[in-house]
Amino acid sequence: MVAREQFELELEEVKNKVILLAQKAKKQLNDSVTALYQADIKAAEEVIDADKELDKIDLDINETSILLIARQQPVASDLRKLIVAIRTASDLERMADNAKNIARSTLHLGEKHDLTIHPALDEMREVAIRMIDLAIESYREADISLAKKLSELDDLIDGMYANVLKELLEETATNPQKIQLIMQMAFSGRYIERFGDHLTNIAENIMYLVKGQSLDLNE
Amino acid sequence: MSLVIEKKGKDKQMNHNADRMNDTNKENNKVVFHTQDLNLWYNSTQALKSINLPIYEKKVTAIIGPSGCGKSTYLKTLNRMVELVQGVKTSGTITYRYKNILDRSFKVEELRTNVGMVFQKPNPFPKSIYENIAYGPKIHGIKNKKILDQIVEKSLRGAYIWDEVKDRLKENAYGLSGGQQQRLCIARCLAIEPDVILMDEPTSALDPKSTLKVEELIQELKKDYSIVIVTHNMQQAARISDYTAFLLNGELVEFSDTNTLFSTPKDKRTEDYITGRFG
Repeated sequence: MVAREQFELELEEVKNKVILLAQKAKKQLNDSVTALYQADIKAAEEVIDADKELDKIDLDINETSILLIARQQPVASDLRKLIVAIRTASDLERMADNAKNIARSTLHLGEKHDLTIHPALDEMREVAIRMIDLAIESYREADISLAKKLSELDDLIDGMYANVLKELLEETATNPQKIQLIMQMAFSGRYIERFGDHLTNIAENIMYLVKGQSLDLNE
Repeated sequence: MSLVIEKKGKDKQMNHNADRMNDTNKENNKVVFHTQDLNLWYNSTQALKSINLPIYEKKVTAIIGPSGCGKSTYLKTLNRMVELVQGVKTSGTITYRYKNILDRSFKVEELRTNVGMVFQKPNPFPKSIYENIAYGPKIHGIKNKKILDQIVEKSLRGAYIWDEVKDRLKENAYGLSGGQQQRLCIARCLAIEPDVILMDEPTSALDPKSTLKVEELIQELKKDYSIVIVTHNMQQAARISDYTAFLLNGELVEFSDTNTLFSTPKDKRTEDYITGRFG
C-alpha cells in the first residue's frame, strides 16, 4: 500500500489544475489573436471576460498549495511540486493577462480600421502555442529534455518579434497618421513575445522540479 | 557481557591514521566521533551494518529512520551503553577525540564523563531539584558547598530553567512539569561538563510548547557542545540539526548536511522516507 495516498491524490489534483490553467491560457492566446485579425470586438470582449476565470484558477492553485504545505509539511520533491505549481500558475496567469491585453488592443483598433495585421503575429502565435503544448507535456511527464526545447523556441519568438518591430517602425515612418494603430499592433507583438518569456520561466520551474536546482534559461 | 572487538590491531592503526587525516570536512568542522566500518550484532541478529559516520564538533547531528533501523543502538554505542545488553558484539572502530572507544583498554568512565545522555522520558532522581544537579559532581568528588551551588546555578541557567526553579531548589523534582523535568535532566547532564550530549528522542513525551523550549535549548547548547539526537520527528530533525543521517535496516543510507538531505536527497530510499512514503 502506498502511504500518504490522500496526499498523493491532492498533489495530483493541483497538477491537473495547473494543466487546466495552461490549456485555458492557450485558448485565450488563440482567441485573442484571432479576434485581432478579424477585428472581432465581441470575441475580444469575451477574452477579457474569460480572464477572470483564469485568475480564479490561479488563486485556487495558490490557496490549495499553501494549505497542503501547512497541513502536510512536505519536503524534498513533494515540496518542489507545490512550489513549482504556485510559480507556474503565476506565469500562466500573467500569460493570460497578455492575451487580455491583445484583446484590449483589438478594442482600441476598433471594427473599422483599414490596417493589415502583420502576418508574423500569426506565426508568433503558432510558435507560442507550440511552446504551451510542449510545456504542458514537459510538466505532465516531468521531462526536462522538452523543457530545454522551450528556451530554443523562445529565441525564435524573440527573433520574430525583433523583425516585426523593425518593419512596423518603418511603417510608422511611411504612414505617420496611423501611428496610434500601428503601435497597438506592435504592442500585440510584444504581448505574444512575453508568452515566450513566461514559458521559459515554466521550463526553469520544471528543471527545478526534477533536478532540485535553479537554472536561468533566459541567459 | 562486554563488547568484543574483532578488528585487528594493524587495521585499527590504519583507520586511526585515516581518521587523523579526515578530522575536518570541507567546512572545516572538527570531528568529535568518527565511526568506521561499525558492525553490531545482538546475538546472531545484525543491528548495524558497516556504518561510517562523522559527528562534528559543536554541531547538531540528527539520526533519523523508521523503528528498528538501529538509530538508538547507534546512539548507545557512542557512550557504550549498548554493552549493557546481553549478547552484543561489534566490529569496526569508533574514535572519540582520536581514541578508539571500542578498544578494551578504553575506560568507559572517562567516556561517560565526556559524553552525557538525555533519554526519551524525563528521568529525574526522586530527590530535590538541587540534588538532581549536584549528584553527578558529588560523585566526581566535589564536596565544597559553594562550588556545588555554582555548578547547580550554572547548569540550570544553561538549560534555561533557572528562572522557573530558582525559588524552589529544595522541592522534589517530581513536582515539575514534564517539559521542566526534561530540561532538568539536560541541566543534570551539563553539570558534569560533557563534551558531547546524546539525546534519545528527548521530546517525544513532551507537549508542543515544551518541545519547542527543548528545541530552542538545543540551538543554544550547540554553541558549547556537540549534540547527537535520535528523533522520530522528521520536522524536528529538519528544524534543529546541522547534519542528518538516515538509517534503514541497520545501514547508513545517507548522511549529509540537513539542508541537502531534506531538499534534494540523493538516495531514493531517503526521499521515500522523508516524504512519508514508508516508515
